Amino acid sequence: MNRVPVTAAIALGDDALVLAQRLGEWAGHAPVLEEDVALANIALDLLGQARTLLSMAGDEDQHAYLREEREFRNVQLVEQPNGDFAHTIARQLYFATYQQLMYSELATAQSELEQGGLAALAAKAVKEVAYHRDHAVQWTLRLGDGTPESHERMQRALDALWRYTGELFQPMEGLPVDLPALREPWLAAIGEVVARATLTMPDGPDRTPWAAGAGRQGVHTESFGRMLAEMQHLHRAHPGASW
Amino acid sequence: MVTTTALEEGLRQAVGAVPDPELPVLSLEELGIVRGVHLLGPGRVEVELTPTYTGCPAIDTMAADVTRVLREHGIPEVSVCTVLSPPWSTDAISAEGRRKLAEFGIAPPRPTRDGGGPVPVGLSVRCPHCGSLDTTLLSRFSSTACKALRRCESCREPFDHFKEL
Repeated sequence: MNRVPVTAAIALGDDALVLAQRLGEWAGHAPVLEEDVALANIALDLLGQARTLLSMAGDEDQHAYLREEREFRNVQLVEQPNGDFAHTIARQLYFATYQQLMYSELATAQSELEQGGLAALAAKAVKEVAYHRDHAVQWTLRLGDGTPESHERMQRALDALWRYTGELFQPMEGLPVDLPALREPWLAAIGEVVARATLTMPDGPDRTPWAAGAGRQGVHTESFGRMLAEMQHLHRAHPGASW
Repeated sequence: MVTTTALEEGLRQAVGAVPDPELPVLSLEELGIVRGVHLLGPGRVEVELTPTYTGCPAIDTMAADVTRVLREHGIPEVSVCTVLSPPWSTDAISAEGRRKLAEFGIAPPRPTRDGGGPVPVGLSVRCPHCGSLDTTLLSRFSSTACKALRRCESCREPFDHFKEL
């Protein structure tokens, strides 16, 4: 029998689902048509990962549409509002870099957890995420090493989201990956891009004192409830609706 | 049993010949996504497909098309399941599939390195219209997640490139 580490599948699935929803909000609003398409495609990859992960833990629709805010286990980083385009790119850079490191490790996981399907999903998803990171890196370079206005906005975005990055590296129950150990390679990878983009690494705390690691325990930031309301209202108003 | 094997082989060919819903110039066999066709009993067949991308929205249409084709071949009970491991790679696209992509105006994927992902710049992509190697990337994501948008600097035509995965 396959043993699925349910806690980990839900946490990783919620990360992917919530970020997919946020990126989907750009549809029709991105600065250029190509970005409209790019962000929607990245969202689609993440939605595919979320569906696979949440299905390991039960019914995907039940998980996505019928849980309350406090039951979601995503990190707070992915629920942060899109902000300006630089904020969305900073969120992508931070998260895709983390996801690529995490999935790479998970893909090689042996033991019974491998049979739960997590390793197979990770081996597939890591290739998709490589493109997400590439997209974020190229935009960070372009905005950072661009005009004074784009440089300033990119720096502001990196600084504003920094406080949500510490949560990515908390140990996770059932996940056969040493998440705290990923922090060093993550810092090195981000630092390299930031330097090339002529930007400065944020130096504030990487977590908020009142909510360290809160997302994984179901404590979320203010805007998350509104995002969920939009995501869930159709399914709740018309249970079982399909097209 | 010899007869079973022959029947399975025939059914596999029927499944493999189903056109891809997004890229109808390619068959599922040429795309390399048919992992298995198993006769479970009289009139009962299980088909294993592997998605190109985890979120590929075409997989449901593929499953419906495969089911319809097998019913036409006298199999009333068809189950289609998706398998993720080993992950699909653009290296699974056959030589004939690559030729058809180029003919259709989509630059075929280059061979991947270990692990797939973006191929470093330097290895250019050939324009499917005029054959020039002088092409530039316009967007990493095009009409679908599996394609990038490029432009040929020689003939000035934009074109899709099937990204390496």
